[in-house]
Amino acid sequence: MFEQEYYFQTEHLTVGYDGVPIVSDMEICLKRGEILTLIGPNGAGKTTVLRSIIRQLRPIAGVVMIHNMSMEKISAAELSRQMAVVLTDRLRTEMMTVRDVVGTGRYPYTGKFGILSKKDHQIVEDAMKLTKIMDIREQIFTKISDGQRQRVMLARALAQQPDIILLDEPTSFLDIKHKLEFLSIIQRLSREKKLTVIMSLHEVELARKISDKIACFKDGVVDRCGRPEEIFTEHYLSELYDIELEELTPDFQEVVNTMDKRGAFYIG
Amino acid sequence: MKNGKKRRYIIGFVFLAVCVCVLLAANICIGSVKIPVQSVLSMLSGNGGDEMYHDIVMQIRFPRALAALILGGALALSGYLLQTFFHNPIAGPFVLGISSGAKMVVALVMVFALSCGIKITSLTMIIAAFFGSVLAMGFVLLLSRAVDKMSMLIVAGVMIGYICSAITEFVVTFADDSNIVNLHNWSLGSFSGITWSHVEIMATVVTACSLFVFLLSKPMSAYQLGEVYAQNMGVNIKLFRIVLVIFSSILSACVTAFAGPISFVGIAVPHLAKNLMQTAKPILMIPSCFLGGGIFCLFCDLLSRVMFAPTEISVSTITAVFGAPIVIYIMVRQRNGGI
Repeated sequence: MFEQEYYFQTEHLTVGYDGVPIVSDMEICLKRGEILTLIGPNGAGKTTVLRSIIRQLRPIAGVVMIHNMSMEKISAAELSRQMAVVLTDRLRTEMMTVRDVVGTGRYPYTGKFGILSKKDHQIVEDAMKLTKIMDIREQIFTKISDGQRQRVMLARALAQQPDIILLDEPTSFLDIKHKLEFLSIIQRLSREKKLTVIMSLHEVELARKISDKIACFKDGVVDRCGRPEEIFTEHYLSELYDIELEELTPDFQEVVNTMDKRGAFYIG
Repeated sequence: MKNGKKRRYIIGFVFLAVCVCVLLAANICIGSVKIPVQSVLSMLSGNGGDEMYHDIVMQIRFPRALAALILGGALALSGYLLQTFFHNPIAGPFVLGISSGAKMVVALVMVFALSCGIKITSLTMIIAAFFGSVLAMGFVLLLSRAVDKMSMLIVAGVMIGYICSAITEFVVTFADDSNIVNLHNWSLGSFSGITWSHVEIMATVVTACSLFVFLLSKPMSAYQLGEVYAQNMGVNIKLFRIVLVIFSSILSACVTAFAGPISFVGIAVPHLAKNLMQTAKPILMIPSCFLGGGIFCLFCDLLSRVMFAPTEISVSTITAVFGAPIVIYIMVRQRNGGI
């Protein structure tokens, strides 16, 4: 069957809280090393989908498959070696240096007492080099900037040596320089390390550049899913985000028009 | 840098061990009868020593000092587990009303048993205290679902504590005269009247619990980062939370059964231990909290005996004097976003 070439798949996935669906009947498939970006207005269910994939929420219906295996059948310990997350939830740390925080990513691999071996330290160091945080490795995690923190969180996820990584709005609190730097690291990882990435972004322009596939969430379904050039047809963005031109001042109407024609729209 | 940390841990533990030894000796030697260290040492090494001191040391002071060490450790550890559970540095068995819940059930059982003429064993006391702890803890957990603010939870815990104390007072007032004195002392918190058989039981229970808790240090370190991350790293959150609650309840129940409610040790000691070691890693915090709690209680018990000798004041009074300011300090610092 042709399905076998996909690394990540969802079949009729319906997710939500307390049995009330927020996103229904999701069908997504990804090859190894591809980047999928979830876009759509606030409250469209992007975070809910991510939380269901990492098994924090039980799907209402349907399955998530990794390597053609239903995720329900993968043990928590096994999954933690395959899938890592970078979430908007603040990581609670006390008196931990950046190196300590990245080290926590080794959890699935360490022994009974969680003591890092020489090999673990090496992997932690490699992860810090990949995300370019070696210069701040001895600083206290709570005292670094948002941009640095996000890269530390990425390094922590990489120390888990995952095949797939999920990120929930990883660029939200970053300025434009840090946004670009962060997404460059992600892109490099997917190309060079064949890391599969699923993330939600608000910045459609950036999503267009980085993604192999984009899923557009609207009104409880995946409205469109495919390659960026397939998705962003004329006027689709103002449709997706329900932008009403007449409510905007002429200056911003112009912005919408140019962006919409180009098939990309920068918000954020 | 890494070696510097390691050295700090070693120095920290050596410091704690020395404090334990010095305070154990002080607790045995100092009191209404002063006993020279040499005669205690010769007594312990089995060389007889002074006959007149023998009973004081072996029957009263030594078991009492050991109890302070063991129960103090249990209390600090119980507090540390609760702080981990609630992700909050001001959670503890006393402020959340768990000690008072245990106290209430123990008082009820004791008064009932005494009026029926049944003699109760220390194990029964622990079990009664455990039920009380779990009862109070259940209330606190139910409330924690209704209120999402930690400060409100603490207020609720203090209220639960007052209700339980009121019931205890009520029961104690109507107990038989001859038993009131004992019960009254106990309900304020005191290490007096501890015997070797008590020490044996508390040592067994507390050691077993502490070792098990120590084995949990790895999932605990993941849990500290936040539930979502812990789950992603393969921790069974539901099970882990239940285990945390049960062990913190057993530990604080053990303390309440033998020494009554003792305040603030559970909050103050983990905070001090964290600052001594300059880390929050459970694998280091668990042993240092235990030793720190022992030291704190040995020190406070010594003061409670000698400060106004021959009158003995309740140890909870002393722990409050030293512990409460630390709690206030933590709260202020937390408000300022220091943590």
